Amino acid sequence: MLDALTFQLGYNAALVTLGATMLGFAAGAVGAFLYLRKRALVSDAISHATLPGLVLAFIGMVALGGDGRALGGLLLGSAGSALVGLWVTNWLTRTTRLSEDAAIGAVLSVFFGFGIVLLTVVQNMSAGRQAGLEGFLLGSTAGMLRSDAILIAVGSLVVLLATLYMRRPLLITAFDPGYAAVRGINTHRFDMALMVLVLGITVVGLKVVGLILIVAMLIIPPVAARFWSENAVKVVGLSALFGGLSGYIGAAASATAPALPTGPIIVLTSFALFVLSLLLAPGRGLLAMALRHRRLQKQVHIRQGLLALARNQAIYEGFTRRLLRRAGMMQADGVPTLEGRKEASQLLHDEALWQELRRSQTLSELAIRDDGLTRIAEVLTADQIAALDAQLGPKAVS
Amino acid sequence: MMGYEFVALSLPPIVIGVLAAMACALPGNFLLLRRQSLIGDAISHVVLPGIVVAFLLTGTVAALPMMVGAAAAAVVAVVAIEAIRRLGRVESGAAMGVIFTAMFAGGVLLLEQSDTSSVHLDVEHALYGNLESLIWLDAVGWQSLIDPAALALLPPELWRMALAFAVVCLATWLFWRPLKATSFDEGFAQSLGWPTGLIGMGIVIMAALAAVAAFDAVGSIIVIAMFICPPAAARLMTNRLGTQVAWSLAFAVLSAVLGYVLAGYGPLWLGYSASVSAAGMIATISGLILALAALFGPHRRA
Repeated sequence: MLDALTFQLGYNAALVTLGATMLGFAAGAVGAFLYLRKRALVSDAISHATLPGLVLAFIGMVALGGDGRALGGLLLGSAGSALVGLWVTNWLTRTTRLSEDAAIGAVLSVFFGFGIVLLTVVQNMSAGRQAGLEGFLLGSTAGMLRSDAILIAVGSLVVLLATLYMRRPLLITAFDPGYAAVRGINTHRFDMALMVLVLGITVVGLKVVGLILIVAMLIIPPVAARFWSENAVKVVGLSALFGGLSGYIGAAASATAPALPTGPIIVLTSFALFVLSLLLAPGRGLLAMALRHRRLQKQVHIRQGLLALARNQAIYEGFTRRLLRRAGMMQADGVPTLEGRKEASQLLHDEALWQELRRSQTLSELAIRDDGLTRIAEVLTADQIAALDAQLGPKAVS
Repeated sequence: MMGYEFVALSLPPIVIGVLAAMACALPGNFLLLRRQSLIGDAISHVVLPGIVVAFLLTGTVAALPMMVGAAAAAVVAVVAIEAIRRLGRVESGAAMGVIFTAMFAGGVLLLEQSDTSSVHLDVEHALYGNLESLIWLDAVGWQSLIDPAALALLPPELWRMALAFAVVCLATWLFWRPLKATSFDEGFAQSLGWPTGLIGMGIVIMAALAAVAAFDAVGSIIVIAMFICPPAAARLMTNRLGTQVAWSLAFAVLSAVLGYVLAGYGPLWLGYSASVSAAGMIATISGLILALAALFGPHRRA
């Protein structure tokens, strides 16, 4: 395994790993824009629509006397039929009342079904027995030629560079199509451009990941990356990184054993990255969310407990008692400590000040800051508090 | 002699294909109206890890454990998609994409890792089924249709599919009014006090049932195509839900029959000896029907 990760398994395996890494990197970057545009599943229609073109290209090349397995020709054919599938998806959405998801589902199932029909035609041809076209369903790097690996790496690089070149209009279109239109950006054209980039990466990745799973390389890394940042540029970068890492580990792992198919390993690696992000990312991750929730819960319980203490009410709720005792504000028998009393009366005073602030003519709009947990000293200056204090008058003393 | 061959070799697959197509198209109508069409796509992908795990646990390819495994996988997938969507605040299409690709990849990997060479279990089978092999060897001609001994030896898939279609029909008939109301106007249904969340879940379960029963006989392609294409074509024909359901069932039957016949006999008419994939041809025909509806359907625009 270590040998594979450090490119020690020979020149070809190293090239394949390099190609897969490059592919994952580019797919992650393109996928991030697709995800931000909220059209992740269009890629599913595109990838399934490659099959008829792939098989037709094979049949065509055999009919012309070639061997039919030249990767370049196959990819060209699949790009052609994917383009038709993309056009049909757009056409169905635009001219009929069907929603985009129905159009996606229709295109992917029908094109794939037609591709399977053509595939059975090829299997009945004399040249088709060893075509290995089924390898494009789930991807296989076994027996990949050196030129194939180079083609994949270079193709990915081209898509990546094109994506980076168009990053600004793509981002503006993704976040605010209206604003983009005002800025004079042709949103329709950049939507099409994004789809062409998706199509490009899908076609390039067919051989490695297979047409059923290639969508995972476009969808999972950006979803994982989104957990780590609110900044779109960082999301794109992280997504590319996650994709590259998945491609690298997947290709390396599958080089170590024949029974480890490349595509599924790449997908599962990026899924593992997704699960880690879902759990551990600061901010949007589940762990961070749970911790934040717990902290808020504590604050609310302490506040309610202190208010009860200030009014000389007994506290029966176990969690609140534990919190107050741990903070040293209450003794085991429920009697507040000196510090507890001090905190409680301060809190009560705060409450009175907030009430007074609502009645004040100059400060009342600050009342929206009163969420029950914000101390008034965080909102007002010492002078303003003193002024409110003066208005409280003798009532506060009682 | 023609009658014998037809009854033994072509009739059972056609009937099974028709039943599977209708069982999927029926819940597909409601998925389409609720803009959840791709749930069917997701479910039919995750069926693979379900059957592989069931095979690894039981060591057999018997129908019951496979169906249980597939159903369990569908439930896991639906719950996981919903969990990611809510907890991670991920858009639903992307959440679906994450789960079904990961589960499908897991299924493929398990399949490659385990020794399934002795049994008929592979990815291709899950994708395009094996409609052509569901033959009725005990038939001697049309008279076998009234012979109980021969009828008992019909492929078991036929009875399973018929049962699934009956259940789906019954559920649709029983819950017609709530199904109709929630599919068109969820807010209105909610204001009537109906449990819309529960009804939505019920539709997904109905779809999963149809998908799980159908994939074994006909493979995922037909399942996905039938969930979407006949209802989508029907939607372009009418504004009434009842009429739409009727159209979708008619389109499903037409796709299944025409697809099977063209796959089996089409190449012969063109002078080739071998047939092509029936599952793929049925999906292709349903797509052609949708294309015609999108071009000429009376209600193709909103």
